[in-house]
Amino acid sequence: MTALLPRRGLAQILALIVILAVDRVVSPQFFDLRLQDGRLFGSLIDVLNRGTPVALLSLGMVLVIATRGIDLSVGAIMAISGAIAASLADSHSLAVVLAAALGAGLICGLWNGFLVAVLGMQPIVATLILMVAGRGIAQLITEGRIVTFSSPDLVWLGNGAILGVPVPVAIALGMLILTGAVVRGSALGLLIEATGGNARASELAGVGTRAMILAVYVWCGVCAALAGVIAAADIMGADANNAGLWLELDAILAVVIGGTSLFGGRFSLILAVLGALIIQTMNTGILLSGYPPEFNLLVKAVVVIAVLLLQSPKLSGVAGVVARLRRAKA
Amino acid sequence: MENSSDSAASLLEVRGISKSFGAVHALQEVDFTLRAGEIHALLGENGAGKSTLIKVITGVFPRDAGIVRISGEEVAPRSAKAALQAGIATVYQEVNLLPNLSVAQNLFLDRQPMRFGIVRGGEVRRRAKTLLADFGLDIDVSAPLGSYSVAVQHVTAIARAVDLSARVLILDEPTASLDRHEVEILFRIMRQLAGRGIGIVFVSHFLDQVYEISDRITVLRNGRLVGERETASLSRLELIRMMLGRELAETTSTRASAGAQKTRDVCASFENYGKAGYVAPFNLELRHGEVVGLAGLLGSGRTETARLVFGAERADRGQARVEGVPVRLQSPRDGVRHGFGYCPEERKTDGIVAELTVRENIVLALQAKRGLHRPLSRREQDEIARRYVKMLDIRPPDPERPVGLLSGGNQQKVLLARWLATSPRLLVLDEPTRGIDVGAHAEIIRLIRELCDDGLALLVISSELDEIVTYSDRVVVLRDRAHVEELAGEAIDVGSILAAIAADGGSVAHEGRA
Repeated sequence: MTALLPRRGLAQILALIVILAVDRVVSPQFFDLRLQDGRLFGSLIDVLNRGTPVALLSLGMVLVIATRGIDLSVGAIMAISGAIAASLADSHSLAVVLAAALGAGLICGLWNGFLVAVLGMQPIVATLILMVAGRGIAQLITEGRIVTFSSPDLVWLGNGAILGVPVPVAIALGMLILTGAVVRGSALGLLIEATGGNARASELAGVGTRAMILAVYVWCGVCAALAGVIAAADIMGADANNAGLWLELDAILAVVIGGTSLFGGRFSLILAVLGALIIQTMNTGILLSGYPPEFNLLVKAVVVIAVLLLQSPKLSGVAGVVARLRRAKA
Repeated sequence: MENSSDSAASLLEVRGISKSFGAVHALQEVDFTLRAGEIHALLGENGAGKSTLIKVITGVFPRDAGIVRISGEEVAPRSAKAALQAGIATVYQEVNLLPNLSVAQNLFLDRQPMRFGIVRGGEVRRRAKTLLADFGLDIDVSAPLGSYSVAVQHVTAIARAVDLSARVLILDEPTASLDRHEVEILFRIMRQLAGRGIGIVFVSHFLDQVYEISDRITVLRNGRLVGERETASLSRLELIRMMLGRELAETTSTRASAGAQKTRDVCASFENYGKAGYVAPFNLELRHGEVVGLAGLLGSGRTETARLVFGAERADRGQARVEGVPVRLQSPRDGVRHGFGYCPEERKTDGIVAELTVRENIVLALQAKRGLHRPLSRREQDEIARRYVKMLDIRPPDPERPVGLLSGGNQQKVLLARWLATSPRLLVLDEPTRGIDVGAHAEIIRLIRELCDDGLALLVISSELDEIVTYSDRVVVLRDRAHVEELAGEAIDVGSILAAIAADGGSVAHEGRA
């Protein structure tokens, strides 16, 4: 049995299955899919679509956390890139819009990375600066208004479909594959894990730890900017006050649910994205169930505790829980 | 086994303790007897079961079989705290107190004198001062513990334990990070406590210290009791034989090729190299196939020299050359690029990445050297890891085990493997045998010789002069952060090194670590 199932990730997969099953109970149509105007519709697609911003954020966040850092500014970066995209959308081509928005994310990431890697600031403080200032910058860009646009190209990015799959989902999948290829295809993954596991030792072994740290914050900024563009494209406008608000916390939660320790070291991209999906599946389920959304926060807390318990070494993972239950029965 | 039936004077009696972890028998039927007022050394190689025995006695691990008696009364503590209440206190090598709190707060943590629910700070400090005065320590007890040397931290931990009315004091490698002077302070305190009737269990790898301080010795090997002897009647050779189960005839023989002074090519040279406030400018030539030893007291500039040579610290003057070509060493990356390797003294904080596997730790430096875009494939990594695990006899021979789970000696071998995998021209080893058991110790020394015979240049730091004399072709002696003498060939012996260290008479600084 252990040979067939991945040792890591079992807790997350089980959690997702349980939540999906609960969703099926509260909403019998949950697994229904239908094709309309070349795009799939249904609750499952909804989960994927709505989960895209946090999934993208978690792709960057998981690398940052693997180096023993944290990035609180991703929500603000979403607001900035969304504001830029919305402001340029009706006057420039999609390529220019994307380049400007993602470029802004890259600069934000460089700033964070500079503070952490070069000046040696504590990540939580360093990124708090942009978390606060970023929203101000976004408001300056939108001049305090909600900027709307009608550029069909950008709208397609948020609402279109490729082979029936919503474009945001396709983008998130593409980014997962791209990040995975870059990180695991090169030595980056090992060197990031080494840096997070023991930065001093890694540096003495010749690892360019500063470059590693700078790189993960830059990538985190770019992922956040992409999430911001998609969020803006989805609502055909940019709201500097609310775009990406508190999503940094969801992203951190997704990474933690995905089993990456806040103390750095080992990380898993796929499980972080799975964590984001778990969060979104819960959100959607609660919306469908008709309970007031306030319940969302409580249920989230319960699920987080459950997943973390399953991962806890004291319970020695799922195997331990299963063994205990069996023993209890016998 | 003698004396084991003598329970009248025995303070701590351990009988027939067994403990298994899965299929591994960590302890089998082990007996141990500690008398009141004695200092009893507990010895054995890494993996012999010393730590497990201590943890079973103090209730950190539950035991599978056996009994523990204190003053004839059976006890079964289920946590370190319960053990303390039963009168058994343990002070570990890494002192487990809180460095950010003051010395006084650490001493009275958990039991601060209160009045109306408020901690009486003045009273805490006064009592702390009196308590430490008993141990001959007159320090500012309101300063953070972390601002004092490791020795003071140890004494604080011991004082706390004794004040908590411990009758059995277990000291696990207390001297590993102390310099000679600090060791003397610790020993004085140990004798004083033994005089008060406290029984002390002393775990150490330093046999000299064991002979100096202990009354009796118990040796474990592979989880079994080998024997219990009076220290005075046990010869060193016999002790090593008990620990290793084999003869170790050649640990003190000198380097065979040391006499043959072949002219060797210079591998790296440092001219007037130094950094203000760190190490005074020095000249140093490192040749292929030659071991250069760095000797001196703690704080004399040995580690500082090593870090400058490797590039971990930037020099602000002088010129470095590699194979005659001038180079700049600005960072460890530069050192690695020029074919240098560095095994630092602090293995845990500066060496291993505990969470990663043996394989990942071994390939780390090679991968860093190759760069991001040329990743070693999994097959290449497996191949490299397998080769070095076999070559250096790393145990357990499982490349996928997190390196943090290995013993100190095996972690040291993993670090050696990490650098050997980069095919270095120069290896800098800072205290390569510190905190390592006798068997691995001899093996590391044998490795140093072999590497040297293969044409590698080695710069080795060690506090153990016997060891330095054994493998060095030249010895550089340091004092007060300056290179003061270089000995070569026949001139190398313990006496002349000591003479060079002490040449300046009174000003030999015994600074603790800040």
